[in-house]
Amino acid sequence: MAVHSKFRRFFYNRLATVGLFIVLVVLVVSAAAPILPLTDPNQTVLTNRLLPPGSEGHPLGADELGRDMLSRLIWGTRVSLAVGLSATAIAALVGSLIGIFAAFYGGWLDNTLMRGIDMLMAFPYMLLALAIVAVLGAGLFNALVAISVVNIPFFARNVRGATVGLVRLEYVDAARLSGKSDMEVLFGELLPNVLPVIFITISTTVGWMILETAGLSFLGLGAQPPTADLGSMLGEGRKSILVAPHVATLPGLVILVLVIGINLLGDGLRDVLDPYLRSGALVSPRPATEVDTDLRRRLRSGDAVEPGTEVSPDGPGGNDGGGNDGGTVPLSVRELRTWFWQRSGRTSSAVRATDGVSFQVPRGAALGIMGESGSGKSVTALSVLGLVPTPPGRIMDGSIRFNGEELIGAPIERLRHYRGNRIAYIFQNPMTSLNPLITVGEQIAESVRHHQGVSRAAARERAQELMDKVQIPNAAARVDSYPHELSGGMRQRVGIAVALANDPDVIIADEPTTALDVTIQAQILKLLDDLRRSEGVSLVFISHDFGVISELCDRVVVMYAGQVVESGTVDEIYRHPLHPYTRRLMACVPRLGDRARALTAIPGLPPALDDLPTGCRFADRCDVVTDACREAPVELRGHGAREARCILVEETSA
Amino acid sequence: MHRYIIKRLILMIPVLLGISIIVFFIMALIPGDAAQAILGSFATPENVARLRAELGLDKPLVQRYFIWLGNIVQGDFGRSYSLDRPVIDEVLDRLGPTMLLAGTSLILASILGMFAGIVAAIKQFGWQDAAFTFVVLIGISTPSFWLGLMFVLLFSLQLGWFPVSGMTAVVGGGGFLDVVRHLVLPSVTLAVVATGVIARLTRSTMLEVLRRDFVRSARAKGLPERTVIMKHAFRNALVNIIPVLGIQAGFVIGGAVYIETVFQWPGIGRMLVNAILTRDVLLVQGGVVVVAAIYVVINLMADVLQHVLDPRISV
Repeated sequence: MAVHSKFRRFFYNRLATVGLFIVLVVLVVSAAAPILPLTDPNQTVLTNRLLPPGSEGHPLGADELGRDMLSRLIWGTRVSLAVGLSATAIAALVGSLIGIFAAFYGGWLDNTLMRGIDMLMAFPYMLLALAIVAVLGAGLFNALVAISVVNIPFFARNVRGATVGLVRLEYVDAARLSGKSDMEVLFGELLPNVLPVIFITISTTVGWMILETAGLSFLGLGAQPPTADLGSMLGEGRKSILVAPHVATLPGLVILVLVIGINLLGDGLRDVLDPYLRSGALVSPRPATEVDTDLRRRLRSGDAVEPGTEVSPDGPGGNDGGGNDGGTVPLSVRELRTWFWQRSGRTSSAVRATDGVSFQVPRGAALGIMGESGSGKSVTALSVLGLVPTPPGRIMDGSIRFNGEELIGAPIERLRHYRGNRIAYIFQNPMTSLNPLITVGEQIAESVRHHQGVSRAAARERAQELMDKVQIPNAAARVDSYPHELSGGMRQRVGIAVALANDPDVIIADEPTTALDVTIQAQILKLLDDLRRSEGVSLVFISHDFGVISELCDRVVVMYAGQVVESGTVDEIYRHPLHPYTRRLMACVPRLGDRARALTAIPGLPPALDDLPTGCRFADRCDVVTDACREAPVELRGHGAREARCILVEETSA
Repeated sequence: MHRYIIKRLILMIPVLLGISIIVFFIMALIPGDAAQAILGSFATPENVARLRAELGLDKPLVQRYFIWLGNIVQGDFGRSYSLDRPVIDEVLDRLGPTMLLAGTSLILASILGMFAGIVAAIKQFGWQDAAFTFVVLIGISTPSFWLGLMFVLLFSLQLGWFPVSGMTAVVGGGGFLDVVRHLVLPSVTLAVVATGVIARLTRSTMLEVLRRDFVRSARAKGLPERTVIMKHAFRNALVNIIPVLGIQAGFVIGGAVYIETVFQWPGIGRMLVNAILTRDVLLVQGGVVVVAAIYVVINLMADVLQHVLDPRISV
């Protein structure tokens, strides 16, 4: 990220700007203390003892020796700031040096230094500071030393961690080989790269250090009279808290405001400097995908996508999937548009992950959805029961009906009623989609219990049956296993058992075998095929692999750049693909006994989904593209029982 | 599990030794001489020499360390000259009140912090989250010693709801309710900072966990949101939160130093501050060693608890 945009990002964060403002004001005022028209902070005027705020000549009153509070606060802030910042600088310098040397030289030096740091961290932070003050004696400088020492470990650890990662990188080796000395590598190559880590650590500790030094002074262990910092003023003011509360209250308020400013500023800096926070890793998805408010309104008024407007009446499934056809078509998706909204600064733009997807799943059928990664097939699948993460996902348009009931915009209770009960999912990665802390038996049983309301014991028994059904050997023992105790194939069998838990009508399998070995893949596919036939469920099978789809499915929908580009039976698509994209995909499928076929990748990349062309989305990669292709959006047109989204396909070609 | 605990107990020994070494040698750095410090600058050289011999200060440093280590293992931390009683007796007397105060605060902070963190995470971008951010910011930026004073000013002096200081009523004393009444203000004050830290951590850990695939799996099963959040997400977050609770225990015990001073709570923190001001080295030494050892044990318990919660951590 360029420096310029880092600044923009920082100022976009209003709170950080407030923090910066507070810190700047405090810095300027305390730096200017000598030239401000202030009374001498140590001038005692006994007639002014404990003067309340608002008194003439003393806007903030006076303390128990009649010294002007405003002047003392400004001078005290100066001392507190100087001590806090010096402590931070010392801790940062020493800690960073320890960390960088330990990481760079490794071996015994690393071991000795880091064990020492560990020892320091074995103490409660404040206690170690007290022990050091006990040795050095009370005093502002000694408090500074104590606070620096106890903060060194934070810097040493963070900097070492960051440096260790860098030392292994090639450019460090390259620098060494080019004849640079250790010091040149350390300070020329490594230090600039760990600076952000040092700044992040400073931003988290500086507020603390100011609080702690003030604390030591408050206890009488820091600043000694006549020197006063905010902490010692607070400590002295305590004695007269009953008669003149302002003497103790004001220094504390200044500390509070100052530290708030520092923390706001620090948070803002971290946002800018920490790539982890910036990646948006800390955004939690809601229970269900958000539905665009406009679409909600249209759905309520019955004004949404009319069934059958886009697909020819004799398209896939042979009927329009409206409410009255729930009997033969349990699941129908129409014109689905699920978009991801990405923000940059004040503007947001849409990534059109699915852009008008329609398909139907007849009862007992197996439908394949095929496409490369990023084509929108998973988003389509997850949209069915609102499992696309919001933010950033939002369903903008379309209709999804299950047995005639509209699911888009349905209350969350309805979605929950269907989830795992009538429509079940099998996810791609069995490693991450099972909860590591819960036994696999319980992960199956909880779904049974929730939807069927049976007892714990009965649900457990059912879980074991299901594990038998998906051919997990020795299910009785495995029911209490944790996911990490099972192999990848076994875990995916558990995933299938979870899907089967409540005898669903539809199973949506999102690349269920992609993460598995080829031999295990074949076993899982066979299992899915057998179960589908024996249990009579409809299957939606998502894959990038036509070979896998052809083994399981009757029909297939081919997706490209968020749209369906072709659909038909597996056989038709294989023998006679209509769309140029499908044609090229099929050319990649090896054919038995046909050695002459060259395996060629499709040149080029799919278009960016937030910057789509007006015309055909495949045009740039198409080998038969014409000028007309780029002029206007291409409709999905029926060709007999098939569909294709290409203007070059003649009505008669099917 | 037993093997794990035993292993951890054995690993504790070098840490405790390290603590003893650090404390001993820091204290040995004291300029001048403990004997001189105890007797004051007007003492005769003969008396100083005699006390030095009595305290074993005339022996080599390393030898003195082992003698000292042998003694503290048997619970002999020497004699506090300012209080004229064995250090260990004073430390043990003070330990109870500090543990009561710090323990209450930590429990309070954990419950409040985790609850606030969970709410903020699931209502991300909502007003709850904004309010949370604001409150946490104030919490972690407040000087606790000042907050304690403000509480005294408001709740004790103005409203008269709680006593100003101490642990029990001066006259009569004792009684569970009396202790609770005295405990409210100091423990709440002490909990403020820790609550902020725990809440922040809980929020970010929950946000991270809520994105994980198994949470989507739990939702795909149609489980109620409460089950998804508590059983699936929070349990996983807790595994990462517990070690931090152990570390927070250290900050709470450290923060107790201020709070005990503000509320004149008869704990170990106030004892340490007084010992430093009177240069009672042995008392500081004993207090620091005992509290650091307790902190090590607390962290051990946190590790064991984490181990119990997470079946993946291998023995």
